[in-house]
Amino acid sequence: MKPIAEFTKGILKENPVFVMALGLCPALAVSTSVENAIGMGAAATFVVLCSNLIISLIKNFIPDKIRIPCYILVIATFVTVVDMTMNAYLPPLHKSLGIFIPLIVVNCLILCRAEAFASKNGVGLSILDALGMGLGFTLALISIATFREILGSGTFLNMRILPQSYKPMIMAILPPGAFFTIGLLMGLINLLKKKE
Amino acid sequence: MEISNLFFIIISAIFINNFVLVRFLGLCPYIGVSKKLDSALGMGMAVIFVMTMASVFTWLINHFFLSPETGIFGYDLTFLRTIAFILSIAVLVQFVEMVIRKSAPELYKALGIYLPLITTNCAVLGVSILNITENYNFIEAIVNGISSGLGFTLVLLLMAGIRERLERAEVPKALQGMPIAFIVAGCMALAFLGFSGLKF
Repeated sequence: MKPIAEFTKGILKENPVFVMALGLCPALAVSTSVENAIGMGAAATFVVLCSNLIISLIKNFIPDKIRIPCYILVIATFVTVVDMTMNAYLPPLHKSLGIFIPLIVVNCLILCRAEAFASKNGVGLSILDALGMGLGFTLALISIATFREILGSGTFLNMRILPQSYKPMIMAILPPGAFFTIGLLMGLINLLKKKE
Repeated sequence: MEISNLFFIIISAIFINNFVLVRFLGLCPYIGVSKKLDSALGMGMAVIFVMTMASVFTWLINHFFLSPETGIFGYDLTFLRTIAFILSIAVLVQFVEMVIRKSAPELYKALGIYLPLITTNCAVLGVSILNITENYNFIEAIVNGISSGLGFTLVLLLMAGIRERLERAEVPKALQGMPIAFIVAGCMALAFLGFSGLKF
């Protein structure tokens, strides 16, 4: 049962954004549309997966005192890979995510999984943990972006779902909308937890 | 280089494009260290210091090593930017920590616990990358570093002041703690949106 639990814990019980409050900066900044959210989620999932894999493999060779710089170096390598690949094949997405692609390096979520999980567990479990956490992060981003895109531009994945007569609530895609949305969603999750 | 240009960078970094409320950089310390006014002040000072130093060093690294036109190697090494910047910031933070511990134990006691956290503060790497993408020259990069740090400290202190009072407020159970902090941040962001019309 344990491997399955390692995978599913990231999705709800230890959701990186809503429960552990990790990786907040990209979660708020790029959640203006669902498309951006999926792009960012996929990029972060790839990085957390690769870095967890490599770190769980080399954990015994890294001296304890300089482990954090080593982790950051591994993470930065994969972030560069994502940065260049996205720039080559998906330039519009790369442009709209902008500075937040290189900033995946300092996303606390990824360093936290390296330090708290991959440095203590084997390869298989680390991969499952990374996949679960990446999926949880992506789902959190999508759920924030869904609210903001529907309210702010009346669309979902660029498809119009609210009638033309709907006057977009511009505030939802501006910075304040991001703070309000995540605050209210966290409150909702607290409320659901209490009921259980 | 005109003084008015520098003035514009200062106003823009502190108010119009505030790092936390408009650019969404450095949210983790903003939410995490804003429970008490003193610790918020310590964190703010440390961030101003490290951001300024990081602006200086990363600009020099980019200018003399990575850039194809001005670099001493003459190769286009910009693909190494992320790795080079994060490593130099990590080294810088470590170095600053050692220097402060030796030379100013009082200051170290005040800043000590916040310094290691700053390496992974995206505001520091963010300001370094923004300096390059905005094509700032050396002076502009330093000014941008200082004023971005000031903008961060300003909203951190405001937030800490509000949260100290929130402790005694009656907040619905589900919204206690982090959710209400985000909603307060939303109200502050709304207020800062008012600056976006500023023009010179």
